[in-house]
Amino acid sequence: MGERPPGINFIRQAEVVARLLGVLPSESILHSSEDTRPYECDGLSAYRQMPMVVALPANEDEVRAVLQVCHALKVPVVARGAGTGLSGGALPLGEGVLLSLAKMKRIVSLDPVARLARVQPGVRNLAISEAAASYGLFYAPDPSSQIACTIGGNVAENSGGVHCLKYGLTVHNVVRVRGFTVEGEAIEFGSEALDAPGLDLLALVHGSEGMLAVITEVTVKLLPMPQIARCIMASFDDISAAGEAVAAIIATGIIPAGLEMLDRAAASAVEQYAHSGYDLAAAAILLAESDGTPEEVEEELPRVIEVLKRSGASAIRVSRDEAERLKFWAGRKAAFPAVGRLSPDYYCMDGTIPRKRLAEVLRFIGQMEQKYGLRCPNVFHAGDGNLHPLILFDANDPDQLARTEAFAAEVLEKCVEVGGTITGEHGVGVEKINQMCIQFSPAELEIFRAVKTAFDAAGLLNPGKNIPSLHRCAELGGMHVRGGKLPHPELPRF
Amino acid sequence: MPSAAERFHDIVRQASAQRAPLRVRGGGSKDFYGQAVQGELLDTRSHAGIVAYDPTELVITARCGTPLAEVESALAEKGQMLAFEPPHFTPDPDGRSLATFAGMIAAGLSGPRRAAAGAVRDYLLGVRIMDGRGRELVFGGQVMKNVAGYDVSRVMAGSLGSLALILEASVKTLPRPPAEVTLLLEMPEATAIESLNRWAGMGWCVSASAWMGGELRVRLSGASAAVRTAVQAIGGQRVDDAAARRFWTGIRDHQDGYFKGDAALWRLSVPQTAAPLGLAGGQLIEWGGGLRWLRSGAEAGTIRQAAERTGGHATLFRGGDRSSEVFHPLSPVLAEIHRKLKAVFDPEGIFNPGRMYKAL
Repeated sequence: MGERPPGINFIRQAEVVARLLGVLPSESILHSSEDTRPYECDGLSAYRQMPMVVALPANEDEVRAVLQVCHALKVPVVARGAGTGLSGGALPLGEGVLLSLAKMKRIVSLDPVARLARVQPGVRNLAISEAAASYGLFYAPDPSSQIACTIGGNVAENSGGVHCLKYGLTVHNVVRVRGFTVEGEAIEFGSEALDAPGLDLLALVHGSEGMLAVITEVTVKLLPMPQIARCIMASFDDISAAGEAVAAIIATGIIPAGLEMLDRAAASAVEQYAHSGYDLAAAAILLAESDGTPEEVEEELPRVIEVLKRSGASAIRVSRDEAERLKFWAGRKAAFPAVGRLSPDYYCMDGTIPRKRLAEVLRFIGQMEQKYGLRCPNVFHAGDGNLHPLILFDANDPDQLARTEAFAAEVLEKCVEVGGTITGEHGVGVEKINQMCIQFSPAELEIFRAVKTAFDAAGLLNPGKNIPSLHRCAELGGMHVRGGKLPHPELPRF
Repeated sequence: MPSAAERFHDIVRQASAQRAPLRVRGGGSKDFYGQAVQGELLDTRSHAGIVAYDPTELVITARCGTPLAEVESALAEKGQMLAFEPPHFTPDPDGRSLATFAGMIAAGLSGPRRAAAGAVRDYLLGVRIMDGRGRELVFGGQVMKNVAGYDVSRVMAGSLGSLALILEASVKTLPRPPAEVTLLLEMPEATAIESLNRWAGMGWCVSASAWMGGELRVRLSGASAAVRTAVQAIGGQRVDDAAARRFWTGIRDHQDGYFKGDAALWRLSVPQTAAPLGLAGGQLIEWGGGLRWLRSGAEAGTIRQAAERTGGHATLFRGGDRSSEVFHPLSPVLAEIHRKLKAVFDPEGIFNPGRMYKAL
């Protein structure tokens, strides 16, 4: 046994390891710090915590057994896929078991006629599309981390992607989830038919951040691959005009396969990195993709171009071939790492707003840049109102970190105020738990906690994530704001 | 005068205090569905009206008692639709639709476009509800992507009003397809199931299908180029547009001749590729093979087993012996979670008790 990590109760650790050794081979249990270190954080690396024990079950029987041991010993369990999540949903607990599902990475079956694939939770998102490609099928949700992130994590976070405007989120593309309750009892949500009896618990499990059950098998829908896709890149001198162009496209009855925007700061950051040919003179770049049969795309493209011109696009380019289309997208998809090169750290927000409030929210973000003295490039899933402003800061400077957190909190509160949400696709995790107090009333939070208890009475599955305690909200003293209305609007506030 | 929501609040608080069940009901277009509920009537139709609709946001928000027909005509005016094609079912004696917006959500039933476009739950973005304590609660919102907290709003779809009173809901809308053609082909059941699955895998724009008595009708919807391509590939005989519209409405609302008469109507939801079930009784197959209607007096157990063998489930949809459960039994672990979730929202058990399951 190597160096002992701080904050771990070693007597308890020895007890849990001994019990787990009864159900797992020793190489599937990690507890020395050099072995558990890689699990101390997920994609939100600002938060770190060494787990007491890491368990790596290889099959459903082992998952069940680990859960039974943990339930008997009252040890909390945090499930983890690839650890690419951006909100700390898989942040371990010092008194808990980190349940890695990485060993369960088999595609159990793929039925090209039924257009369904049954996969284990540790299968990577992109691996499903790769396996389906020879049948002319694909799995539609494509989060930016798709080469690494796993399907179990996608269900836990209800992941989106750049094509979800047309193809939907994870919840729209999964038909059945199998797993275990905290007690280790097998449970199944949904079915391979188009619906299942009773309440729609399949929907409830999506985005539940591993707090209701542990997922061991997922059946996903496969869609026919579009025969062709082409991307339009449009420049706008004014970011509001770009926002109006998005509304105008939808008003003509077109739902593009992708509709993405970058502001000038983001475009220039990615241009140096990805060389996508973005127009750096523009205030905003809009990418609109059309996919389907060649005839469909041919019918749709000129209609979109006409709307863009009418909406005041200063320049328009259409990808001539697949290579150029991928080049257009390369910049957008590299936005996070590219912006990451501009400063030691960046803080990514995930607020979603009604699209018509875009200009107002972007103006507000501009004011916050002034107020906090920090830069904030914007990338934006324009089609569905999901903003990813990226605050640039240096975490080694405590003052900058504090200003960043205050900046982010104000922006998320603004998103709620205009009728949106604090998180569109990254999840609450530990990161946005305080903002939950703003978006939801005490009664609504109480319902969330009771829903959790209905599945997990002992509160052992990923405790402390997603749903804040009433106590926490009271301590924050934040006010619940909805639709711009504070409680007691009759009272003056200064 | 108190608002409708204030009146609901008083009714709910009083029912809760007395543990007196409420029968939550809109226009009653789906009174036949589920089990009969005893209790004081709470008519949702006094709380009606479209609250917000901006076509470019692809969202409509309306109060519970808003006539579904009113919502649909507001959307049609802007060239949009509810993509899941909700059924209106039983009309009033003059043939006018009775269905309400929240009734559509609570029933969770989708129409012919379901297999291609998704179900009610896929389009539900947010709800304002009143729980059993009379508290107004909001879950979800008006935006497409929202992962803050648990997705409580989608759970309301198909809950049959057994958790809470839906006061208001926001639903995603979509543009109407510019072109639509219905084709008629003659083929036996097994060939129809096989063909529908093959076509779905080809990406042809099949938006509805119905097979009965050796005749398969398929509706193609989308960009005119896409419809043209699919028409050529699928072949068959083109159905006159007006007749096609009447046909699909008849299937959607169960006004088609198939649904007439007193024989029990079973709804078997099965994987789309499930082989012919071989059950006695007249069959209508929708949803690319995924929905098999059956007019049959066969034993409930026989029918449920046939559905279960495929990985699906069976509902005694209309008529028949409704003295035992009409919905497919849940596994004990799921039944227990249902019971606990019911208590979360409705601790005194006042909302539509027994409408879904006797113990719920």
